[in-house]
Amino acid sequence: MKKFINDPGDVVAQALRGLAAAHPELRVDPENQLVVRADAPVRGKVGIVSGGGSGHEPLHGGFVGPGMLDAACAGEVFTSPVPDAILAATRAVDGGAGVLHIVKNYTGDVLNFEMAAELAGDDDITVETVLVDDDVAVQDSTWTAGRRGTGATVIVEKVTGALAEERASLKDVAAIGRTVNERSGSFAVALTAATTPAAGRPGFDLPDDEMEVGVGIHGEPGRRRAPLAPAADVAALMVDAILEAKPATGTAIVLLNGLGGTPLLELYLLYGEVAALLESRDVRIGRSLVGNYVTSLDMAGASLTICHADDEILRLWDAWVRTPGLRRGV
Amino acid sequence: MNVEQARAWITAIATTVEAEAETLTRLDSAIGDGDHGANLKRGFAAVRAALEGFEAHTVGDVLTKTGATLISKVGGASGPLYGSAFRAMGKALASPDVTTEQLGDALDAGLAAIRKLGGAQPGDKTMVDAWLPAVAAYRKKGPRAAAAAAEEGAKATTELRARKGRASYLGERSIGHQDPGATSTALIFRALA
Repeated sequence: MKKFINDPGDVVAQALRGLAAAHPELRVDPENQLVVRADAPVRGKVGIVSGGGSGHEPLHGGFVGPGMLDAACAGEVFTSPVPDAILAATRAVDGGAGVLHIVKNYTGDVLNFEMAAELAGDDDITVETVLVDDDVAVQDSTWTAGRRGTGATVIVEKVTGALAEERASLKDVAAIGRTVNERSGSFAVALTAATTPAAGRPGFDLPDDEMEVGVGIHGEPGRRRAPLAPAADVAALMVDAILEAKPATGTAIVLLNGLGGTPLLELYLLYGEVAALLESRDVRIGRSLVGNYVTSLDMAGASLTICHADDEILRLWDAWVRTPGLRRGV
Repeated sequence: MNVEQARAWITAIATTVEAEAETLTRLDSAIGDGDHGANLKRGFAAVRAALEGFEAHTVGDVLTKTGATLISKVGGASGPLYGSAFRAMGKALASPDVTTEQLGDALDAGLAAIRKLGGAQPGDKTMVDAWLPAVAAYRKKGPRAAAAAAEEGAKATTELRARKGRASYLGERSIGHQDPGATSTALIFRALA
């Protein structure tokens, strides 16, 4: 393992210290592992809190700022944050209009956010939760923990953040978040495994001539292994899987996301294939985003997210935003 | 079990979790995300620190403090699940000395808390598959039998297909790997024996 770290046990707090140094416009609390918008709580505005395991940067701390999240809780690497931290974030952003929790569907995230929402209720803070479960690689049945939350989280955070900025009600902000999630599907392919600082070695062995298909964002192995294929075939595999699970035509927001270890050259190459395929399938790309947004440490690979958008979602996607990881119109 | 024995149990868990952290992480790397050992090690180190100088009047005080610390330090799924289990056990044991039967009831309450929060059934390839046979064995034959039953339950998860937690994403591919949560549960009962 070759990494820029001091102590494998203190990676997250030290990274947050760096984030604070780079972004004085944010309030960072390395002890509780929180990133909070500097002017929080904003009176009369729905506060938006997200969070999860670290290792997915810029998700979530990189999306804190006007137009997106009010606070993010950073758990240990690939481990959801604890209820105390989520409660502290919830209190910090409650401007009297209630707080929205954006939670990716993983057992640990769901349990810890549920506990925190209950505790916030004792404080008379109204909390609504949007559960993101866009990963179509996982069977959504009673026989699994349900679909994972992956790339669509970025779109949910952006769109709800924009609506909250317009002083919409908690009910409406939560509703648009759920709509974005329902209209989104994602699928990922990995070429290498991620190495967590604590483990010090890759989470799984992947021979040079194989890829993991339908992989998650925590370095957990995918549904199956397949021989390494050309980018055009990988693009087809992802597009087919998503459109089969979430069929729609019309305008889409398309996110081609790098998992941390894949250069932009390859991401753009892959995106070119995706764009051509979508055109042939009568999906019009309304907006697109290519880059590293929901990473898995140093994992090589990419995830594709297709959100079948309506005019309202597109309008909110286009709204101004000022965060370390996403910045537009300012 | 008295207050000092309760402390000794928790300390023994911390020691065995520390010693087996790498094994737990290796098991978790196969079907999860490879952090189970590191998380529990961090959690029980925090518990050890929290219990030092903590004035406990009942067995329940020790276990409740353990549970609360796990919830506030571990995160992931194992933090809330084990944390709630120890808190439920603590609530059931509000006296300085508890009988074997009372401890059996408390272990049952711990299991109920895990099942309520996680929603897992026996056979889902989770910590329930070790905890459930351990409680039954404890009631019939005491702590040593409980440890053996938990160990056996954990081993038996190898052949199961995961239906809860992160391993469930793997579907059929989860078969052939022992569940890390059931394995750490076996460590908890080993420390009790």
